[in-house]
Amino acid sequence: MENLDLISILGSTIRLSIPLIFTALAGLFTERAGVFDIGLEGKMLFSAFAAAVAAFMTGSPWLGLLAGITVSVLISLIHGFASITNRGNQIVSGVAINFLASGLTAVLGQAWFSQGGRTPPLAASARFTEIVFPYAAELRDTGFLGRFYANIISGHNILTYLAFLAVPASWWVLYRTRFGLRLRAVGENPGAVDTAGISVTFLRYRATICAGILCGCAGTYLSIAQSAGFVKDMSAGKGYIALAALIFAKWRPVPVMLACLLFGFLDAFANFMQGKSVPGIGEVPVQIFQALPYVLTCVLLAGFIGVARPPKAGGVPYVKER
Amino acid sequence: MSPTPTAAPAIELIGIDKKFGAVHANKNINLTVAKGSIHGIIGENGAGKSTLMSILYGFYHADAGSIRINGQATVIDDSQAAITAGIGMVHQHFMLVENFSVLENVILGVEGGALLGRGVSEARSALKRLETDYGLEVDPDAIIEELPVGLQQRVEILKALYRGAEILILDEPTGVLTPAEADHLFKILGVLRDQGKTIVLITHKLREIMAITDTVSVMRRGEMVATRRTTETTVEELAELMVGRRVLLRVEKGPAAPSDIVLSVRNLTVKDGRGVTMVDNVSFDVRAGEVVGIAGVAGNGQSELLEAITGIRKPASGEILIHGKPVTGFDSARLRALGLGHIPEDRHHMGLVLGFEESENSVLGYHRDSRYGRGPLLDLDACREDAKAKIEKYDIRPPNCRLKTANFSGGNQQKIVVAREIERDPALLVVGQPTRGVDIGAIEFIHRRLIAMRDAGKAVLLVSVELDEIRSLSDRILVMFAGRVVGEKTPDTGEQTLGLMMAGIAA
Ligand SMILES: Nc1ncnc2c1ncn2[C@@H]1O[C@H](COP(=O)(O)OP(=O)(O)O)[C@@H](O)[C@H]1O
Ligand SMILES: [Mg+2]
Repeated sequence: MENLDLISILGSTIRLSIPLIFTALAGLFTERAGVFDIGLEGKMLFSAFAAAVAAFMTGSPWLGLLAGITVSVLISLIHGFASITNRGNQIVSGVAINFLASGLTAVLGQAWFSQGGRTPPLAASARFTEIVFPYAAELRDTGFLGRFYANIISGHNILTYLAFLAVPASWWVLYRTRFGLRLRAVGENPGAVDTAGISVTFLRYRATICAGILCGCAGTYLSIAQSAGFVKDMSAGKGYIALAALIFAKWRPVPVMLACLLFGFLDAFANFMQGKSVPGIGEVPVQIFQALPYVLTCVLLAGFIGVARPPKAGGVPYVKER
Repeated sequence: MSPTPTAAPAIELIGIDKKFGAVHANKNINLTVAKGSIHGIIGENGAGKSTLMSILYGFYHADAGSIRINGQATVIDDSQAAITAGIGMVHQHFMLVENFSVLENVILGVEGGALLGRGVSEARSALKRLETDYGLEVDPDAIIEELPVGLQQRVEILKALYRGAEILILDEPTGVLTPAEADHLFKILGVLRDQGKTIVLITHKLREIMAITDTVSVMRRGEMVATRRTTETTVEELAELMVGRRVLLRVEKGPAAPSDIVLSVRNLTVKDGRGVTMVDNVSFDVRAGEVVGIAGVAGNGQSELLEAITGIRKPASGEILIHGKPVTGFDSARLRALGLGHIPEDRHHMGLVLGFEESENSVLGYHRDSRYGRGPLLDLDACREDAKAKIEKYDIRPPNCRLKTANFSGGNQQKIVVAREIERDPALLVVGQPTRGVDIGAIEFIHRRLIAMRDAGKAVLLVSVELDEIRSLSDRILVMFAGRVVGEKTPDTGEQTLGLMMAGIAA
């Protein structure tokens, strides 16, 4: 393989992992609270659209982020209303959100901007752009460490750093705060929470709101940080990959990050191999590499990671009276 | 300790009424519990005991009625309100987070601040204090699912005490305990009462009521039918109040007349799905005309032993013989053809299809018999006639063979299974937990049928976790502990001796 450029693969690994990390952490909050969240994909897409529209209208990426988060939280609350308050089927509610997201964003995009479901391209000032750390330019050509500093540590947008901060923050919230203790408890045995005098409903709603905020960051990242506008179906299954990463990581924050980085790396590797030939084999169709994350997911989910024990009360609405 | 007459009662329930859909679980219930007493509540399964106490704990909302705690009118609309009023409850099914530590379970809901650090260390020292005050020892860092049920229950009690409960409700606490563990629990309850706490103990075991309570209330079909001072009542009276008619508590039976060996188990070893040895080199015989009882705390291999004998699970090694003929590894259809009847431990899981009509369940497993049809076709009329005869003979209520089985009460469902197996007239009847979740009236009936089988010269193998049941029915008792038969005793052996054997302490 000519020019296996590790630094550039790692750089794009990080870029591709960010939406996965946000989304998988979002799923971590809801699922740990006992609410299945298939609708991660839809929330991400809705917020990508909202962020792109708001950033285009106002010219401010921060207002874009606010819009992305607001819409995503609203969708989370709808999911909560269906599955917590009305005790509906959580999978059905999630799937409905995904369909709605895919259809509604395209229709609204076309109706408002008439560009085939896209939003108009954003100016750099309306986007989250790369932050360059001190001396990055000078160190770029000073060997491996310098390049690592310039391309891996420095040179990402603010949401990327936020995602990596969100990992220890989530861990801290889950394991070191009262809210986290109760949240983990309600996903295992809501009866224990209820008889301890805590409202199961309110707690689960708060968990879905946390998920909404994180999904909002993921969607915003897609449309106004990684790209310069919304494109129809731009979440491209990332919500499902994030769910797979969540299971792979057995619903724990740090392993979630590592799993997302692994999936991001496979994606980056597939991009890198595009049009290159493998020694001894020749050119391999790029589809093979693109399929790798999905193949890995299947293999992993088929049980090669040991028992992944989901939160015990996951997917089951809390019903006291039959 | 008799409570001073001037003190306001700890608990007053006034006109509590509760319906679950069509089920009227509590009908206009009044109850007064004196401060500093142990008050028992007994009643058959489904009488409404758990519902009433869950209302007091704020878990369910009553449709009508009011509550006074220590003489104060108190609105309890959630468990938080109950905790504030000084009420703690140990539920029948524990309310613990299984993958949490003891400490985390104890502080849940009373964390003492938005961050965990301080609350955790405070709870740790508080647990130390409770441990020395009441003899409630448990490792605060142990994970709940790794603790035996007896200790899990202790964690529930600690949870209540940590929240400062002055009134402690225990819902069927001894169902999961060995006799020795139950005695230990009662000692703890005695200590708590002597310190002025009020205890409500729900149970359906009359013996426990007599042993520990000061007063006792009886519930029947959602109603509170009587309250007595324990010293002024008898087991017989309470049983009659529970059931609504006179019941015989001990089966009357003559001496057994054992003859030929019917079932032989030789060096049987059985492993469960995970490959863990559950039955370890067990050998015994059951003769025609005797009841052999297997005693033991649930989970010591009895279930796997039954499954191996009835052809549901293949043994890892050893031999099973019926009438001297090796039948190891036969499936249950072949075993049934050889004269084995099986009343399984869990009627919902194995004995019945709850969504079927009564008449369908009443032929299940024997439906290929020429009596019930020809070739692939069922003769439904024959099935229903047969079912009707059984309903009549076993007094199954309501007497309607077209009714969905789920709509029968536990006792009547069990009678459907018992009727089906006994009416086949098997030479060997294997019975698991015949009266689990069955009301006293039906227990009496089922016990008499089992003794009648014995007297008709059948071999009966009985597995039960109810020691009373084993002692009153068996002619010989084998005690199982950790997969082994640790001894054989006669039915007049004291409960204490058997209890120690069941705990693996004596042989
Ligand atoms: N959560 C519930 N939803 C619907 N019905 C219930 C519920 N809990 C209990 N019941 C019904 O109420 C009746 C009383 O039950 P319960 O209070 O558990 O009785 P006990 O504790 O005396 O055995 C039973 O018929 C039971 O089926
Ligand atoms: Mg009960």
